[in-house]
Amino acid sequence: MIELAGVHRDFVVGGERVYALNGLDLVIDEGEYISIMGPSGSGKSTLLHILGLLDRPTQGLYRMDGVNMTDLNDEQRARVRGEKIGFVFQFFHLIPRLSAAENIELPLMLAGIAPGERGRRVEAVLAATGLTDRARHLPSQLSAGQRQRTAIARATVTEPTVLLADEPTGNLDRVTGAEVIKLLEGLNIQGITLILVTHDPEIGRRATRRIRLVDGRIAEDDREVGA
Amino acid sequence: MTVADYLRLTWRSVTALWLRSLLTGLGIAIGTAAVILLTSLGEGLNRFVLAEFSQFGTNIVAVNPGRQSTYGASIGIFGIVRPLTIEDAESLRRIPQIQASMGLIQGNAEVEAAHRSRRTTVLGVGSDMPRIFSFEPELGRFLPPDDPQVARPFAVLGSKIHHELFNEDVPLGEKIRIAGSRFRVVGVMESKGQILGFDMDDVVYIPTARALELFNREGLMEIDALYSEGASARDIAEAIGATLTARHGRRDFTITTQEEMLSTLGSVLDVLTFAVGALGGISLCVGAIGILTIMTIAVRERTAEVGLLRALGARRRQILALFLGEAVVVAALGGATGLVLGAGGGQLLRLAVPALPVHTPWEFAAAALAVSSFIGLVAGALPAYRAAGLDPVAALRAE
Repeated sequence: MIELAGVHRDFVVGGERVYALNGLDLVIDEGEYISIMGPSGSGKSTLLHILGLLDRPTQGLYRMDGVNMTDLNDEQRARVRGEKIGFVFQFFHLIPRLSAAENIELPLMLAGIAPGERGRRVEAVLAATGLTDRARHLPSQLSAGQRQRTAIARATVTEPTVLLADEPTGNLDRVTGAEVIKLLEGLNIQGITLILVTHDPEIGRRATRRIRLVDGRIAEDDREVGA
Repeated sequence: MTVADYLRLTWRSVTALWLRSLLTGLGIAIGTAAVILLTSLGEGLNRFVLAEFSQFGTNIVAVNPGRQSTYGASIGIFGIVRPLTIEDAESLRRIPQIQASMGLIQGNAEVEAAHRSRRTTVLGVGSDMPRIFSFEPELGRFLPPDDPQVARPFAVLGSKIHHELFNEDVPLGEKIRIAGSRFRVVGVMESKGQILGFDMDDVVYIPTARALELFNREGLMEIDALYSEGASARDIAEAIGATLTARHGRRDFTITTQEEMLSTLGSVLDVLTFAVGALGGISLCVGAIGILTIMTIAVRERTAEVGLLRALGARRRQILALFLGEAVVVAALGGATGLVLGAGGGQLLRLAVPALPVHTPWEFAAAALAVSSFIGLVAGALPAYRAAGLDPVAALRAE
C-alpha cells in the first residue's frame, strides 16, 4: 500500500548539493513492522519525513493506497497526515502548557472532530497506554517514559494506518525504552504499519523487516522468514 | 477546529506566560487609555466651545459691511462700500421668517454714575436684543421699542458694571453719563459671564441711534437678525442678500449665519479632537510594536511546536489563526483594560476638576477597542505568516 519508486531527495547546503536519498525504491505492505537503520547522513530521517508527507521527493514517485502523494498540494498532504499517519519523535514534542489528555486530543481538534467523540477516543487511548490516572498532568509532571507514551497515544488517537517513529527510545533509558517498544509492537499486532528509525541494533533486530540505508539507497532489506 | 478550540488553545498560550502577556497587553492598554482620555478631553472641549457659542441661540444671521473678496487691483468707485444703516436693519423685518433684527455698534466710553466712573464697553443695540441673543434683564426691563431713529436715552447695565458703579443698590431710574451724554438706567442684565475673553457683564447697552451719535459713526458695525426656528439658514441669507442688494444697488456686505459659523467651528474642533486622538494613537503604535516583538519571539520559541502541529495534520491556515488569535486576544484584552482605564480616568478627572469639560464619546471608545484588536491582527500578522510558512521538517528540528 506504500510504494516509493526512484525517489531522490537532495538539498542545497552552503551552495553544495547534498543527496539525502538517491534513487530509492521501496514497497511497504499494510501491517508490516519495519526498522530503518544506517549511519548518520544515510537518509533515514529524510525517508521518514517523505513517508510522513512532511517532505516531498525532488524526483520520483510516492503512492499511498493507490493515490499519488507527489501530486497533492500542501493542504491535501496535511489532511492525509492527519488521517492516515501518526508520528512519534525522539524528543516527544509535547506542548508543555497542555495536559497529557489535551496533548492527545490535539490531532482530533485539528481534524475538527466533535468534542464528545474526542473525549471517548482520548479516554480509550489513555487506557491503552496506561495513562488514565495521568491524564490531567502537564508534560513536566510526567516521567520520560510517560511522556513518550503520551506521544504514542497522541499518534494513535486518530487511528492512523501508518505509525512513523523517529528514534522513539533515543531519549529513554533501556527499561523504559523496552516498554515503549513493547507498546509500539502491540499496536503493530493490532494491525498498524510500524516504521521505526533507530540507531540501536538491538531494537532494530526486533522488527520483522530490517532495512539498512547507506548513502541514500537501500543496502540491505531483510525479511524475517515466515513473518 | 471549532472557535471554542481556537479560543482554548489561544487562551492557554496567553496564560502560560501570563506576565509577558500582561506586559504586552499593558502597552496596548496604555495606548487605548491615552486615546480615550485625550479624545474625551477633546470632545469635552468641543462641546464646551460650541455651547459657549450657541448660548446666544443658533438662528442668528449677521450682516457686516463690506464684501469679503479679493481683487487683483483697486476697483475704484465700484469698491465703495455703503454703510449699513438702521433703515437697513429695519428693512429686514419685512422678510417673513425674520422675527427680530437690530443694528449693532460697539465702542468704548467713560461711564459715570453719581460717585464712580468706569471705562467700559458700550454696545448700541436694538430693543430686540434679549430675543435675538436670548439674554434677559434681571432687574427692570430692556430698552423699550422706541422708533429706532430717535430712541430715548435709556441704558441697561451689565451685572458687573452695575456692581462696580452702584454696589448692591438698585440703579433703576438713576442717571448716568456715557461719554458726557446723559442716560437713564432702565434695567440690569442677568449675568452671562465671559465669552471667549469678552466679559458680557462689563457692558452698558444703549439704543443703536444713540451709540451712532456717541461714537460719531456713519454706519452700523453689524446687523443681527433672528429667524424663526426651522427656517433654512441658506434661504434666509438669500432673502437678506436680495433685500440689502436692492437697497444698496450692489452686494457690498457679508452675511454670516450662526449655523455656518458653528459648523466651521465644529469642524475645526473635530480636527482638534482628531489631533489629540492621534497623539494617543502614537502610544497605541508603540503598543503594537510590543505585540509584534513578542509574537516574533513567540513564533521563534515555538517553532518546534509549529512543526509538531503540522505533523499532526494542522493546515497553514490553522497555524496562522492560532498565532493571530493570540495577538488579537492580547491586544483586545489590553484594549478593554485601556477602555476601562481611559473612561474611568475621564470620570475621575471630571470628579476631581469639575471645570474641565470631559466627555467620553462612546463611539470613540468602541472604535478604540476595535482598533486595538485590529492592531493585534496587523502586528500579529507578520509573525503568524512566518509561523504558517515554516517548513515542517526544519521546524521540527528546532529545539
